[in-house]
Amino acid sequence: MAAKRKTPVKSRNPDLIRGVGKYSRSKMYHKRGLWAIKAKHGGVFPRHDPQPKAPTAAEKPPKFYPADDVKKPLLNKRKPKPTKLRTSITPGTVLILLAGRFMGKRVVFLKQLFSGLLLVTGPFKINGVPLRRVNQSYVIATSTKVDISGVNVDKFDDKYFAKEVEKKKKKGKGEFFEAEKEDKKKLPEDKKEDQKAVDASLIKSIEGVPDLKAYLAARFSLKSGMKPHELAF
Amino acid sequence: MPFKRYVEIGRVALVNYGKDYGKLVVIVDVIDQNRALVDAPDMVRGQMNFKRLTLTDITIDIPRVPKKKTLIEAMEKADVKTKWENSSWGRKLIVQKRRASLNDFDRFKLMLAKIKRAGVVRQELAKLKKENSS
Repeated sequence: MAAKRKTPVKSRNPDLIRGVGKYSRSKMYHKRGLWAIKAKHGGVFPRHDPQPKAPTAAEKPPKFYPADDVKKPLLNKRKPKPTKLRTSITPGTVLILLAGRFMGKRVVFLKQLFSGLLLVTGPFKINGVPLRRVNQSYVIATSTKVDISGVNVDKFDDKYFAKEVEKKKKKGKGEFFEAEKEDKKKLPEDKKEDQKAVDASLIKSIEGVPDLKAYLAARFSLKSGMKPHELAF
Repeated sequence: MPFKRYVEIGRVALVNYGKDYGKLVVIVDVIDQNRALVDAPDMVRGQMNFKRLTLTDITIDIPRVPKKKTLIEAMEKADVKTKWENSSWGRKLIVQKRRASLNDFDRFKLMLAKIKRAGVVRQELAKLKKENSS
């Protein structure tokens, strides 16, 4: 191919209306400078011979022809969009968890991870909720905000929360009858350290607000007469 | 039991249905048996069915269909806003609005305050009971 220009040229022939250019063929011939190219090459427009193509590998006939026609699945080029975070959820918002082991617990939102899940912490000392991922749909955002400026959450991402892959043990007959493994896997010490680091400054800012610590320690529940669609959170 | 609150020009009414729910408006003219011309400082003068209005005790002194400026001056002179906010009806509505706008955290703090108050009351009661019984 001839050398490309650094910036592609806009068409030299502006449209008067769609389909009709301002300049005629002969005018465009002159504007593009084809006369100058011809003059440089002795009155003939330069032709390049086609470059020799790289030799393609010889195609073998297929081993197997299916009896009926096999349908090819349609091409799917969809890319999932990043999960939109509700505008009511900002770093430091107190969220109410609606499902799961910590149903009803009030929890502090830290950041949204790449997978779209929300990174959340109790803090652990206050209500027993560790650094955890939570889906936006299972959460009510309250309008209470906690000051989160002292917390560094850069090191947490989805890989941090991936399940640890165990090495497969070879099955022996005797092992079935014995107790197989320890029941609970111990939490590695560095995760405990991470939890403490995140919670340290959080707890300080929480204790600065009166009653906030007790608020986070308590669980949310619907009482008689509370109508969720009429409650302001 | 005779009527105490009458539909008259200058009667302040509360809107109890529709787009302007909860607003205080002044009856500025009567259109026919069912409708009144109604005006308030922050709305365009328009007609409303009497069924949408609940009359209050407050009246102001205005001519029939006053200009907006006169209406506002008359409302200031009669001090409708403070009269309303000091009336028991007005105070109830303010409390209802405040309760409805409470945050989840506010409701928690309210619960703590109620428990505290109940504790103090119970202590006093216990003291009084003890004095009485002894």
